[in-house]
Amino acid sequence: MIRVCVSSEDFDVGAETALLSSDGVGGLATFIGVVRGGSGLVSMRLEHYPAMTERALETLAESAIARWPLDAVTITHRVGELVPGDQIVFVGTASAHRAAALESCAYLIDRLKTDAPFWKSERFADGATKWVEARDSDDEAAARWG
Amino acid sequence: MTILYFARIREAVGVGEERIELPEGVASVTDLVDWLATRHPIFAERDRLRVAVDQVMADFYTPIGDASEIAFFPPVTGG
Repeated sequence: MIRVCVSSEDFDVGAETALLSSDGVGGLATFIGVVRGGSGLVSMRLEHYPAMTERALETLAESAIARWPLDAVTITHRVGELVPGDQIVFVGTASAHRAAALESCAYLIDRLKTDAPFWKSERFADGATKWVEARDSDDEAAARWG
Repeated sequence: MTILYFARIREAVGVGEERIELPEGVASVTDLVDWLATRHPIFAERDRLRVAVDQVMADFYTPIGDASEIAFFPPVTGG
């Protein structure tokens, strides 16, 4: 089962997890990204490429299923205005085996950061706005999966 | 053909979307980037530019072929 969702609405972690855990699967791994505060950050705006985003996330989920024995993958990503503490992203995997669930979850969040068409713009207390720069460390994290 | 711009590229170009007639001799993404650079100075900064052809991540060597939508954007920063 693959489910991807791109929405300006918040998501419910319990509901997301319940989607993964049907049929008595052995284990679930989940990652929840949250807007990091500090440095005067007031809010963050997430822009995306609507015609492409869901397809890119599905392709990513399919690549995880091709690589690990998974029963389910869900990827939920927020867009629009977010403030520190808001949930941004949920990645969940379900498998009979914990290593497959944990590794594929790490793979998905690493690859999502380099393969999915989202861009973050930060707004600060002094009114300044700034596009978040892609980090080399994200490219390296994605590259380690080959 | 529709050309889309996102994030910093959209701000630099000033619009999110343009419709163009593909000029003679423009066969690949790199040809298109060369042509766009004559209209939009941001296209000279190739190392900060990423591209999708018909909603699939591509690179500068990708042929344009019968593509109907090409999008340009900076390196992605989701997650």
